[in-house]
Amino acid sequence: MEKLEHPLWIVQIVNALLGPLVAAALGPLGVEFAPGEDVIPNYLVMAGLILVAVTVGCLLVRNRLRVENPGKGQILLEDGVSAIGGMLEEWIGPQGRRYLPLVGTIGVFILMGNYMGLVPGLMAPTSSINVTLGCAITVWVYYHIQGVKEQGLWPYLKHFAAPPGAPILIAPIMLPIEIISHLSRVMSLSLRLFGNIFGEELVIMILFSIVPFLVPLPMMLLGLVTGGLQAFIFVLLTVIYLQGAVTHHEEAHGAGAHAEPVAAV
Amino acid sequence: MRKRTVLTSVLLMLAFVAVAPLHAQEAGAGGNSQMVMWSIITAGFALAFAAAFGALGQAKGLAAAAESIARNPSAAGEIRGVLILGLVLIESLVIYVLLISLILFFIQPFAG
Repeated sequence: MEKLEHPLWIVQIVNALLGPLVAAALGPLGVEFAPGEDVIPNYLVMAGLILVAVTVGCLLVRNRLRVENPGKGQILLEDGVSAIGGMLEEWIGPQGRRYLPLVGTIGVFILMGNYMGLVPGLMAPTSSINVTLGCAITVWVYYHIQGVKEQGLWPYLKHFAAPPGAPILIAPIMLPIEIISHLSRVMSLSLRLFGNIFGEELVIMILFSIVPFLVPLPMMLLGLVTGGLQAFIFVLLTVIYLQGAVTHHEEAHGAGAHAEPVAAV
Repeated sequence: MRKRTVLTSVLLMLAFVAVAPLHAQEAGAGGNSQMVMWSIITAGFALAFAAAFGALGQAKGLAAAAESIARNPSAAGEIRGVLILGLVLIESLVIYVLLISLILFFIQPFAG
């Protein structure tokens, strides 16, 4: 796929500035770089760009937030925060908002990452499997940690072996199924996002190489839709996995509309 | 009528499958390039099948969701959530096949 990618000027600038430093730092670890090779890959530069953009945006906005007479941007941001918080409360319950930091961060990162692919001169970092796999592993480790924290280590391990109310005898059947289903969550989370964004970028690139005027526009509009939808789906699945790990199964039977955990893979 | 269409299309496909290697043999290609050719053909067919049946499954879910929203509009929000979740879970299967096809198209693991 390297042939189809044109060099991005921002990647070249970053590599010219920081490349020798990083190469020198990685040298003792046994990582060798061919001359002319980009030391810092595209997706890492783009992920760093998101980090810088979000940090600078937050610092700029911080002093303008008002309780009375909020501006349009502030209302938009508050709507976004309350949407994710509302989703957490709807699925997990009233204590769900404590997971807002990680879920919101993942959502913002993936949304911005998906939309970066539509800006000329940038690429979508989520069209690299490394970035999406990183996000998926983060979510996976996080929901296991939260599950252990909430239920305790032994009850949490026990709910893999036998669902609540079932005899412990079915553990030999349930345990492999549960382990495989939990491991496949990493694969499905990362590959879904990667496949969508990569496929979309590929289609735009192919159309662009055939007719570089107006023809890729409908696909880019579609990219706008899928980018937002995929970010939403990633957040939604994160919340569902968190709910499955965190909910106490003894209480879960009578509580709320979503008492039955969705068997989502 | 329908049976005949199915039969004809299956026969046509078999004919193509039977004829295609002969042409490849005439081209005098080595074993590896033939492997690449077949993997690319397989990738195209796999993607077509995945898209077709994925779309069929999504259409079923969509039809049921539209019907139930029409029957009970007050439940639209919840139905929409379930619908999107289900559509995405179906779609991700198609995406897996897309990735496999892309690997077969561009990386060509059987070429080396």
